[in-house]
Amino acid sequence: MSLFDKFQPLAQDRHTLLDQGIDPFGAPIEEIYSPTEALINGRRTILAGTNNYLGLTFDEDCLDAAHAALDEQGTGTTGSRMANGSFSGHRALEQEIAAFYECDKAIVFTTGYQANLAVISGLANNEDTIVIDADSHASIYDGCRLSGADIVRFRHNNPDDLHKRLNRLGRRAANALVIIEGIYSMLGDKARIGEIIEVKNACGALLLVDEAHSLGVLGERGRGLVEEAGVINEADFIVGTFSKSLASTGGYCVSNHPQLDFIRYASRPYIFTASPCPSVIASTRQALKRVENGADLRARLWRHAQRLYRHLHDAGYELGPEPCPVIAALLDTREQALALWRGLHEHGIYVNLIFPPATPGGKSLVRISVSAAHTDEQIDKICRAFSALSGT
Amino acid sequence: MPASYEEIQEKVITELSKLTSPDAGLTEDSELVTELGLDSFKVLDLLMDIEDEFDISMPVNLLADVHTVRDLATRIHTVVNTPS
Repeated sequence: MSLFDKFQPLAQDRHTLLDQGIDPFGAPIEEIYSPTEALINGRRTILAGTNNYLGLTFDEDCLDAAHAALDEQGTGTTGSRMANGSFSGHRALEQEIAAFYECDKAIVFTTGYQANLAVISGLANNEDTIVIDADSHASIYDGCRLSGADIVRFRHNNPDDLHKRLNRLGRRAANALVIIEGIYSMLGDKARIGEIIEVKNACGALLLVDEAHSLGVLGERGRGLVEEAGVINEADFIVGTFSKSLASTGGYCVSNHPQLDFIRYASRPYIFTASPCPSVIASTRQALKRVENGADLRARLWRHAQRLYRHLHDAGYELGPEPCPVIAALLDTREQALALWRGLHEHGIYVNLIFPPATPGGKSLVRISVSAAHTDEQIDKICRAFSALSGT
Repeated sequence: MPASYEEIQEKVITELSKLTSPDAGLTEDSELVTELGLDSFKVLDLLMDIEDEFDISMPVNLLADVHTVRDLATRIHTVVNTPS
């Protein structure tokens, strides 16, 4: 068997998709006009699948900060955090994120993916057990695998199932790391965090909460589900990304455990990669301020999300369990999902298409992410397109 | 709750039959992914059902070398019969 034979099924899938026109898994964004509009495949398109929840990609303060950093500090750090890649901006952002969460420690990583990889594989090793929600993001699975720890899954968002599986671990439960997400990226549902904390406390386990999709979206100051539920101090580790509400790239982890700092010396995804560019750090610092004072943006975001969710529900779409800025329409087959995705593209709307096995329950998903920057007219247009395509 | 290999194999096949077509022709040698068409998450979900069936904890990483029904039953047999 040749090295490349394994790609044969993938090549066949790709051929079938490309035969039908635009590639849904690499739609070319030819020009970008605003947080919510771009030219895709020659068509002016509303962006409704970019995780740009607060619409800050063109925020003037963020742009000014990035421009200034670019001029003053250059295009890149050309080194890892452990070597020459820790500029004063990186340190300042860490202090600002720690202050934002009122936590003692924060570390900045180059991407959100690497944040999970670095923290999970830095914390756990082959003598430990990690207990993860079955619908966890790939970065969580990959971090667990890199750690070498035993990996146990519990049924999605089910505290009783978590309790049962922790009990089966016996004494190992007291040293287990439980991982959940604030908002799950596939169906847009929130973790039952209060009940999960009760379970982890009863068993003595530690808790890591990934707030990738909930930072900026939930909580009075935008600190995610931990803030909304009033449990910031109950989470041992909070991980998040800069690439959604903060409109740049990068990731972070905050904690009150003083040992968090040792991740800097023990975790390969932190050590062996270049640090974020100065301009990225500068725009992220500005965006963090806007998130903290972004009650107006969150109000608009949730108004759009609830309206769109209600409209899709009334139009007969099967949806995730609750209104959320991540709204997933569940389709039984790939063909149905692809037809809906293509139909929306023809209506000038970009969303995400997701096929099994990346999806829960073997369904295919057409996933929308709403933005505070969407106008009411854009939400109207998205609603009309879904109505026109219902039943396809 | 110790169990014989045969008991475990029967339960594995029962659980698998819920996920595969009736004419899949499940045997000990059936390949879970390439032959039965189970994707990686279906195998992981199957593992959760099996953990519940036998009231055991069987980490996902133990599946690294599991390809066939026999491989899976053998792994479970080992875990079920290992004193905790």
